[in-house]
Amino acid sequence: MNILAIDTSNQVLGVALLDNENIIGEFVTNLKKNHSVRLMPAVDSLMKEANIAPEQLDKIVVAKGPGSYTGVRIGLATAKTLAWALNVPVVGVSSLEVLSYQGRLSSSYICPFFDARRGMVFTGLYQWENGEMREQQEEKNILMEDWLKQLAAKQKEVLFLSPDIHMYREVILETMGDLTIIPEMPFHLAKPSHLALAGLHKEADSTHNLTPNYLRLAEAEANWLKMQKENNNG
Amino acid sequence: MKKDNYIVGIETSCDETAVAIVKNGREIISNVVASQIESHKRFGGVVPEIASRHHVEQITIVLEEAFEQAAIEWEAIDAITVTEGPGLVGALLIGVNSAKALAFAKQKPLIGVHHIAGHIYANRFEQEFQFPLLALVVSGGHTELVLMKEHGHFEVIGETRDDAAGEAYDKVARMLNLPYPGGPHIDRLASNGEENIKFPRAWLEEGSYDFSFSGLKSSVINTIHNAKQRGEQLKNEDIAASFQASVVEVLTEKTFKAAQQYHAKQVIVAGGVAANQGLRAALQEKFSDTDVSLLIPPLKLCTDNAAMIAAAGTIAYQQGKRSGWDLNANPALLLE
Ligand SMILES: [Zn+2]
Repeated sequence: MNILAIDTSNQVLGVALLDNENIIGEFVTNLKKNHSVRLMPAVDSLMKEANIAPEQLDKIVVAKGPGSYTGVRIGLATAKTLAWALNVPVVGVSSLEVLSYQGRLSSSYICPFFDARRGMVFTGLYQWENGEMREQQEEKNILMEDWLKQLAAKQKEVLFLSPDIHMYREVILETMGDLTIIPEMPFHLAKPSHLALAGLHKEADSTHNLTPNYLRLAEAEANWLKMQKENNNG
Repeated sequence: MKKDNYIVGIETSCDETAVAIVKNGREIISNVVASQIESHKRFGGVVPEIASRHHVEQITIVLEEAFEQAAIEWEAIDAITVTEGPGLVGALLIGVNSAKALAFAKQKPLIGVHHIAGHIYANRFEQEFQFPLLALVVSGGHTELVLMKEHGHFEVIGETRDDAAGEAYDKVARMLNLPYPGGPHIDRLASNGEENIKFPRAWLEEGSYDFSFSGLKSSVINTIHNAKQRGEQLKNEDIAASFQASVVEVLTEKTFKAAQQYHAKQVIVAGGVAANQGLRAALQEKFSDTDVSLLIPPLKLCTDNAAMIAAAGTIAYQQGKRSGWDLNANPALLLE
């Protein structure tokens, strides 16, 4: 089964081609460049290199966020349309879950996160259990300070994974002390082959209904809801 | 025998998710538009992030509907065309990336199309073009006079230096507490009002085909303010009629002059504001005594749709234009 995995949800651009669990090829960059320009050329060159035609694809897996709203949508628009046109299943995987796979060999809690500005992070808590990456706490958009307090209260070791680790290293160590595990930089980037692996055994999404995992309302909508509430209370 | 061309068009530059299939650039096989207008109404205008969110949710649904309606085999499709710009960048990106995926999956040529070229080519569903052709493009985002000497070649001879005509309509509508989008409401009010307030006409320097509507907009705002301070009550119908008279007169006169100077055989009106009754009537009158053929499209082809993108894309396809897999959304794309 040929699986194409696409991740444009954060700064990393990742494309992987797998035959079941076997990696055929993988393309990863960690550059501040335009995903919209570079995604399809990357897919095209990888598939040409592997001598696989589009109609030989059996499944599309896509990182559905959280992350950059625009980046997530570039990935989803591409993956959904590929799946629809080729009439193959599509699976959306949380970008946090994909990153957690970098902690696959650890038995501790895994905390993947992405910076969401103003001290906020998109994050969740995962742990490898009985052959799968299990979500231990629901993903959320939360102040890092509050989140770390919740984690510290568990009194268990936590493996932190994030491309934005440098922004929060100090506050993590301050709050978590000896319970902190932070690996070297290459472990903080999501791998598209992990995305494919995560999507391999997941049930397919409905192509039409697959939507981004924003973890946050659009600002205009949040403001509008707030105003409605105030009007109702006043 | 020359084979028929079947071209797919995709349009997501603002708040409509649209897919169409067009035969030989002149015959609509299917034309599906999912409008988000209801969703943006509560914000009083199009919110780019909300528009992008809707597009990504709608795109495959609209694709499927367009292909089901067309009942066409993939072998017959010659190319995938898509609005490359101008427009809201986040919104454009959904169409562009979806088009790339579609073209890649089916290994078909991919062609980026200019949104305004689309608006102009919407007229070709009605009548074959005659060159030289002058197009007056008026919409929420554009006010332009475009000269075409042949298919696929566009020369912008005049454009707005500040607000688009449609923008001025929306702003004045807001002043009058009319719901979004304001254009149709002003048009309706104007038909019941009297032109009894003299608002300025921005002719700009002699011989210029450029437009400016910000002065008019300020004048409307000041007039309403001053009347309020004096305790006078102006009739909304009269404000609308007087405002519209200024916009329509400038658009009509400049279009007429340009048509004469460039010996246009055909004048076409394109874009959302082409639906405006006041403008349609004024142009018809102005050109009634000339041998210039005036073409105003039916209302449903004035607003954003994908059939117009496929129509413009058909010419681009026939002229051998192709885009690469690195095609990007270009919010400031120039018409050329
Ligand atoms: Zn338009």
